[in-house]
Amino acid sequence: MTALLPRRGLAQILALVVILAVDRVVSPQFFDLRLQDGRLFGSLIDVLNRGTPVALLSLGMVLVIATRGIDLSVGAVMAICGAIAASLADSHGLPVVLAAALGAGLVCGLWNGFLVAVLGMQPIVATLILMVAGRGIAQLITEGRIVTFSSPDLVWLGNGAILGVPVPIAIALGMLILTGAVVRGSALGLLIEATGGNARASELAGVATRGMILAVYVWCGVCAALAGVIAAADIMGADANNAGLWLELDAILAVVIGGTSLFGGRFSLVLAVLGALIIQTMNTGILLSGYPPEFNLLVKAVVVLAVLLLQSPKLSDFAGIMARLRRTKP
Amino acid sequence: MTFKALFAASATAALLLALPANAAELTVGFSQIGSESGWRAAETSVSKQEATKRKVNLKIADAQQKQENQIKAIRSFIAQNVDAIFLAPVVSTGWDSVLKEAKEAKIPVVLLDRDIDPSGKDLYLTAVTSDSVHEGAVAGEWLAKTVGDKACNVVELQGTVGASVAANRKKGFDTAIAKHANLKVVRSQTGDFTRAKGKEVMESFIKAEGGGKNICAVYAHNDDMMVGAIQAMKEAGLKPGKDILTVSIDAVPDIFKAMVAGEANATVELTPNMAGPAFDAVAAFKAKGTVPPKWIQTESRLLTAADDPQKEYDSKKGLGY
Repeated sequence: MTALLPRRGLAQILALVVILAVDRVVSPQFFDLRLQDGRLFGSLIDVLNRGTPVALLSLGMVLVIATRGIDLSVGAVMAICGAIAASLADSHGLPVVLAAALGAGLVCGLWNGFLVAVLGMQPIVATLILMVAGRGIAQLITEGRIVTFSSPDLVWLGNGAILGVPVPIAIALGMLILTGAVVRGSALGLLIEATGGNARASELAGVATRGMILAVYVWCGVCAALAGVIAAADIMGADANNAGLWLELDAILAVVIGGTSLFGGRFSLVLAVLGALIIQTMNTGILLSGYPPEFNLLVKAVVVLAVLLLQSPKLSDFAGIMARLRRTKP
Repeated sequence: MTFKALFAASATAALLLALPANAAELTVGFSQIGSESGWRAAETSVSKQEATKRKVNLKIADAQQKQENQIKAIRSFIAQNVDAIFLAPVVSTGWDSVLKEAKEAKIPVVLLDRDIDPSGKDLYLTAVTSDSVHEGAVAGEWLAKTVGDKACNVVELQGTVGASVAANRKKGFDTAIAKHANLKVVRSQTGDFTRAKGKEVMESFIKAEGGGKNICAVYAHNDDMMVGAIQAMKEAGLKPGKDILTVSIDAVPDIFKAMVAGEANATVELTPNMAGPAFDAVAAFKAKGTVPPKWIQTESRLLTAADDPQKEYDSKKGLGY
């Protein structure tokens, strides 16, 4: 098994390749690409495009989880920021709209970070508050309606293209590079991991753990805000009841599929995004397959179980023992 | 979670206090589910309009999607000795004891929009609901009539799996097109009643059916999914309303906007005016003791691009959809 899994990430890549192959079987035109109105068009693009919100959420979530925290409020933050963006889109320019939405995400992140880092609340409870209240705030902003807009600038964020690449995909890629450069280009990633590994020891060693925790929740809020703006731009409207609904669970799943431990102490940004893509590749495959929708969740559960089994250390130990036994036999 | 319950309770109390008893003929308490959709908001505002029209003093309690809040609201209506109680039930079971209390207090209860599963039908006066099987049938018949004898592959965007409305709208449509061998549902997948999922599912339908060339019509269980599907068709370079026919249900304002733009063909109205017939039934019952039928079915109007969609849009946009 060690030969099969020489280093981190192979299990995820293997899972993605297998699911892509299955998608190709259920839908022969899966890898077909063409340009449509100056924009790449095809199932593969759908996977990347539809996977963007969860990929963005997982970028923030993976850092929070690395500090041994969790953020259940990201779906609600998406709804709030999408609602703000949609409400302002037709009366203000794009810079104002983006600043307001991302600013709201930042404030939400500060709130979560304050509860966890300063007041010392359990992250799951602290962020549950905003998860419940946040959707209510979003509904207050939209007054329970779907707020639509026609501002071409904001619509471009959801439906436009840069050199044929849909804008949401470009944004997600940009955020991955930015986050990676900041946390891995400096010691920040290490300090975040240290905070999650053993907060007290890190504190004594001089790590500003409180600041670290605050910072990751803020970043998580900003990522969620961006995801919310893109989700609103995609449907040219903000649906406070449904935007980002249950996506916090998909984001956590993406992080876990990416091999990041919920007990903190280590993380991989790229693998978390890969986890988000695995989830979306599976979702798109289910939609293309033509199976009755009653099977959607069942298929999803089985695939997720298989991916997690592939990563299970106990299972690879077991496989290793079996291989050794076979080798020692005459 | 307690703070939410507390908030809900105080919101309910505030609502009750905010509406002082006018010198009106009838006082009706309405336990509304909460803000679950735009249609729900429209139902609330139309109920208020209908009440004003009839000089009824309407007290609305928002239950925030919780049955316990609805039961609390009904008990408080009983304590205030209102003339009638309207209930839009969030779930179908668990109403027996509170409805018995209302019955003992001799306050008639009218169910709005959704039916319940009580132990005895005598626990409520009548139910004003739409027949969602019929809605699906109206959509199917429109499509059959419009397509004529041509072969037509239909793709279907279902509502949330397990929702009775989704199952009924599917059943009605399937029954209506079963008589026409040229109509066939080739793909059917859930779009969870939302725009975002409707768009995502339609994108996959288009790819799976030869870039949309094999699709002749889309049937969506609600307009929101259709609005998403229309975007998906446009992004794929197709012309919704022309290359691909559309028929959906609900008649929310944005589908009329699409009709004005020539991008949608037909919708079946789920009227937000459930309270109007209910007020009339209660008034007749109170004045002359006329017992209404157990089920008052609302009309499921078919609205197409030929029915002045701009006017429909203008009349509906202020209702809170």
